[in-house]
Amino acid sequence: MTNTLHRFGTTESFRDDIVIFARTSRGKNDKDCVPKLKRFLEMALMYNPVNLGDSAHGGALRPKELTPSAHWSRNLELDFRAVIDGIDTPTNAVVVLNNLEAAEKFLKEVKEADLGLCVNMSTSLENAMACSCAAGQPRHSLSYSLGFEGETEKLPNTQVLMLTTMCGHSMVSASLAKKMVDWVKEGRRTPEQAAKYLTHFCSCGVYNPSRAQRILEDAKKHTE
Amino acid sequence: MGAIYVDPVINRATVERDECVECYSCYNGMSKEHLNPTVVRLLRRLFKMARLRFDPEPDVCPTSALTPDELTWPRVIRRAFSDPLVPHESTGVRGRGTEEVKTNDLTGRVKRGEVNFTIELGRPGVGVRMYDIQKMTMALAKIGVAFEKNNPITTLMPDPGTGALQPEVLNEKILSAIIEVLVKIDRLEEILGVVREVEKQVKTVVAIATGVRCDENGEENDVAPIVQRLGFKLVRAKTNFGLGRITNPEAIKAGAGAGAGHD
Repeated sequence: MTNTLHRFGTTESFRDDIVIFARTSRGKNDKDCVPKLKRFLEMALMYNPVNLGDSAHGGALRPKELTPSAHWSRNLELDFRAVIDGIDTPTNAVVVLNNLEAAEKFLKEVKEADLGLCVNMSTSLENAMACSCAAGQPRHSLSYSLGFEGETEKLPNTQVLMLTTMCGHSMVSASLAKKMVDWVKEGRRTPEQAAKYLTHFCSCGVYNPSRAQRILEDAKKHTE
Repeated sequence: MGAIYVDPVINRATVERDECVECYSCYNGMSKEHLNPTVVRLLRRLFKMARLRFDPEPDVCPTSALTPDELTWPRVIRRAFSDPLVPHESTGVRGRGTEEVKTNDLTGRVKRGEVNFTIELGRPGVGVRMYDIQKMTMALAKIGVAFEKNNPITTLMPDPGTGALQPEVLNEKILSAIIEVLVKIDRLEEILGVVREVEKQVKTVVAIATGVRCDENGEENDVAPIVQRLGFKLVRAKTNFGLGRITNPEAIKAGAGAGAGHD
């Protein structure tokens, strides 16, 4: 599905939000694809990703079995190695970057590696065009987001919508995102901690904790 | 969905089954502690009496209270369209749609001069009843569009020519579903007109996307000018860079789709 396409925000708000994913087509390039998908993610490590994911197993922050001590000391570090090692089937391998320059270089490296995987980028049109030019790779196909219509009065406010739509499967609930905005405003959690709580709910690793942190920092000062 | 609430009569968290879309976000997304529920409730009561409140991690279920139900037809489609970890039996693809343009470089599904609509009802996070989806599919069927065969919604249509869905699923609520149609670009305005008309009749939100093939220089000047003229702002897109290559030995041998996407 179009799980990264309909993120809410302006072009400017996507300056730190570039999702690049590799996948296969059944019967065409899915045979023996697991090592290639792993290599795709391995290549991304040197570009400081803010999340990695695999739609079959999850992202770099996953729910865990915990003990009550977690409420005082909890490891909220992103575990990229678990994502890479966990790929065992044809899947969407996802890299989330927060830096255009890194995305340009990464795409160039992916092109040179010639893995034969279908590589897509979900971001602003400007960012994708810049990467296309930098890598010398013309765009093949596009899927434009035309935004949301219908009973849009049922949608939450701008900042909550920006936080929730980063999970296109809607696994990040508006109630939780609103609660995190409130907690950050009240000083009960830092924007970084709140962003990581939200990231846990994304089941395919496309959530961008870096952009979420920035949105929560903005929300601390004003509500849109 | 807001389907979970504390029932004041039994003083327990309760799931409103009619509103729940079986997305399993509460079950799959929460970390768990497996604590004794009696002890947890007792502690909460003591804190409450003292007007104190524990400030726990918000994504942790202390007692692992949520357990999945055994779902039967037709309720089972709620999960199929809401939980991204469950592949649709019809498509084998996780999520609610198909590969659409993501693998267009190999499948050649969308060719120059064509536009692939993905019309997603219920997204973001509002949810949708199947009877509202049927309003959209029937309106589109009436103008003679063909639905993508591998799309999960199409598999619920006994006769795709009418756009009607199986009657027993109509009252089911799901997180979202994608209707996918492929038409010539000259029908783009007509389709958007129908979608906007039906939008006024459904009690949910609609997310629309249009998939197109770029020219040999990577430019796209067929669809963008039309949708911009119709008032849509083009900010974000998914871009397929055309790096896919047929590598399965059987597909190479059969010449299946060789160069299909590179028209």
